[in-house]
Amino acid sequence: MMLEVKNVSVAYGRIEIVKDVSFSVAPGDWLMLVGPNGAGKSTLLNAIARLAPSTGQITLDRRPIEDLKPAERATKMGLLRQDNPVGYHFSIEEIAELGLYAKRAGWLSTKQRDDDKVEQALRMVGLWEMRRQSALTLSGGELQRAFLAQLFVQDPPLLLLDEPTSHLDFNYQIQTLELLDRWRQEEGRAIVSVMHDLSLARKFGSHALLLNKGVAHGFGPLEEILDDQHLNDVYGLDVRRFMKTLLEQWQ
Amino acid sequence: MKTGDRFSAVQYVGMILLVLAALAVCLSLGSVSISLDTIGKALGKFFSQADINSPLERIIVFVRLPRVLAVALSGAALSLCGVAMQGLLRNPLADGSTLGVSSGASLGAVLTIAFGFNVPGFALFGRVGMAVLFAFLSLVLILSLAYRLDRQLSTHTIILIGIVYSMFAAALMSLVLAIAKDRVRDIVFWTMGSLAGTDLPHVLLLAVSLIIVSIVLFRLRTELNAFAIGESNAETIGVNVRAVKLTVLIVASVLIGVTVAIGGTIGFVGLVVPHMVRLVVGPNHQRLVPASLFGGAIFLLFADLVARTIVSPLELPIGVITSLVGAVVFVFLFWRQVRAA
Repeated sequence: MMLEVKNVSVAYGRIEIVKDVSFSVAPGDWLMLVGPNGAGKSTLLNAIARLAPSTGQITLDRRPIEDLKPAERATKMGLLRQDNPVGYHFSIEEIAELGLYAKRAGWLSTKQRDDDKVEQALRMVGLWEMRRQSALTLSGGELQRAFLAQLFVQDPPLLLLDEPTSHLDFNYQIQTLELLDRWRQEEGRAIVSVMHDLSLARKFGSHALLLNKGVAHGFGPLEEILDDQHLNDVYGLDVRRFMKTLLEQWQ
Repeated sequence: MKTGDRFSAVQYVGMILLVLAALAVCLSLGSVSISLDTIGKALGKFFSQADINSPLERIIVFVRLPRVLAVALSGAALSLCGVAMQGLLRNPLADGSTLGVSSGASLGAVLTIAFGFNVPGFALFGRVGMAVLFAFLSLVLILSLAYRLDRQLSTHTIILIGIVYSMFAAALMSLVLAIAKDRVRDIVFWTMGSLAGTDLPHVLLLAVSLIIVSIVLFRLRTELNAFAIGESNAETIGVNVRAVKLTVLIVASVLIGVTVAIGGTIGFVGLVVPHMVRLVVGPNHQRLVPASLFGGAIFLLFADLVARTIVSPLELPIGVITSLVGAVVFVFLFWRQVRAA
């Protein structure tokens, strides 16, 4: 197991956002966190990334996550947040380059290989041509891709993605998810992502964790969890019929 | 050239030459104008430890030289601290005064001026010691209060508490003014900021602190970039957020304490110079940290020159000039940014 989450709860003040959730992620998995608004998906992801205080146990490669130093943690997992406000006129390239930080802290890098890595990541997300442009002039989707490039430069074996396609147009949604799918197929890699679009979750995921109001309503292989019964319970509507009607409107 | 590239040796030499030229101009001009030739001779005597007899040479070596050096170093220090705090807190309005550290340092210095309070063992640097001590204590107070309110020590908590603390310290200073009536003139003049009458030991102290803090902050340039982009992003790429934040705040507050003790509160330098420098070299601290040192030195040298010469032989407090110029420049920069956006 790469990531094990046991009885994790997250509370802001007296309000409990995530309640006693457990699941695990093995190499090769793509776990989709699915559920309605306010289900606690992003909060759970932030708790794993140590951006939100939590109780319970989270282990990464069998080590409690709080025992890992920040740089070591960053070589094992990386997070793409939904919104990435940028402070000053940093260029896309400067943002991507920061992905090297954790590895540089370990003195294990050469300048040339690093430059290649940054170029490769920026080409992967389609921002190489505009790498000198200031982040403050970018659209939400371009900014999201810039931080995705940073994550590819950081290159940890476990990616935590909070709505990785939320700001992207349809074309880039598919491109990005296919890119991530290819990335995941290399040995020892896994992804946990929050996903609103159930059809995309179904197409790319291997496992699913269904959340509602902070409580897990099922965790396991995707087909078992994203079935009609579970979905209708959680969303309170006939999801499959709705999807079908949508499709019929196209035909 | 890539946006984040370091300065070349030639660029560094160019900046050093600019500062030296500004130093020369400021040594030469004043209530009495002195030719560069005379300055050269006087400095030659000073460094070869020969006897300095003529009054003109004495003015240069014992009055103008320490003052001009103190001005250049203070400018560099204030601007460097501004850069560090604005990067760290991702807020272009942050500097020693917004964070409450300057006010704390001022309070310490004012207590010394008013009542002769001293740190035992620091007799030579009484005011300096008290200002550094108070800057540091203020920071500890601000941070521990912020920490109790918000374990993550988030940026807006720190700034908010800093502003409240500044007001509190200002109130205490008014209280001191009301009590120590016979020292009111000294206190008021000092709070307006002045580097007249700085002696060489103080210059040396300022130089040593500035060098140490510059080295620490330059080593943390990548971390500062990460903070300037966003604190939670810094956390995810593996920056030890708490350790870096504490280090930067502590070294910056010590430097601010030293600067305030020697020159009083010289406003707007830490706010305006980083803005101007950022327009030229960009926000990357690889370039911003060194450039802000040179920019701050040159800015304050010219502000001091104006303070000394504009209504000569009368002299204006340097803090008045920087605040007048700084406020206008700041509004202009802000206006340009808003219009560009």
